Amino acid sequence: MEAARDDGAAAARGPAALSAELPDARLVAQCRSGDEEAWRALVERFSRYVYAISVQAFRLPEHDAEDVFQEVFARVYERLETLREDEAVRPWIGQLTRRLCIDRLRAGSRETVEDADELPETAADDVLSQIEEAFDVHDAMAGLPENCREILDRFFARDESYRTIGDALGLPAGTIASRISRCLDKLRDVLAVRD
Amino acid sequence: MSAYDIERLSRLIGMLPPAPAAWIGAAQELPQARRELDGIVARAEADAEFRRALIADLEGALRAEGVEPTWPLLDELRRRVNG
Repeated sequence: MEAARDDGAAAARGPAALSAELPDARLVAQCRSGDEEAWRALVERFSRYVYAISVQAFRLPEHDAEDVFQEVFARVYERLETLREDEAVRPWIGQLTRRLCIDRLRAGSRETVEDADELPETAADDVLSQIEEAFDVHDAMAGLPENCREILDRFFARDESYRTIGDALGLPAGTIASRISRCLDKLRDVLAVRD
Repeated sequence: MSAYDIERLSRLIGMLPPAPAAWIGAAQELPQARRELDGIVARAEADAEFRRALIADLEGALRAEGVEPTWPLLDELRRRVNG
């Protein structure tokens, strides 16, 4: 009952809040029941993951990465019913993304070279494992106060300058560096508890 | 997970930049887009002229219904109107 109230409160704050606050399995269950806000949250939660696999691990050009991105979510939407364990949604999406990236590379190599077998078809494993770790870190960021989440994301993931962050958040640019440092310390504490 | 130093933590946060907003928006609108698709297919089945125009310009038909014509949707529409 408490969980249901929490879900409702998160839903009222939009897909980003829902994505940050609901565990994977509950999000999947809500999507399966036809909750479109949950679907938006699921896309929000895994969008960076799918994007990073295709662009960083497989180095797909932007237009191919976009096709893979849309195809991944179209298949997830169609096949969510077939997922055996709701909590396994992340490895499922990861595997689907990797497979579609490989298909895309194979299709591209057939068009450009005679011997497609000579081309590398798999992404660097170390990059894939770093993406998994990065997902865990972003997941842990959900345990931070919103101002910390926002400042760390803007600085490290969106590559925004102190001035841009200060303007956006109404903070003096001179205080951003110390806020980032404090937020990183908090994040380390969150990760230590999770370990 | 092992202990994180600040440098490693910073690098890992930076490894997941946001996907382009338009990509996310199109994927989030999938349930709505599927409903629009069903409506377009039903209309094509009932109206031969609309069906001809649709086959000639699938992308335009989706745009006219306010649906971003991503390739999985175009592919599905093509399959359903030709099937």
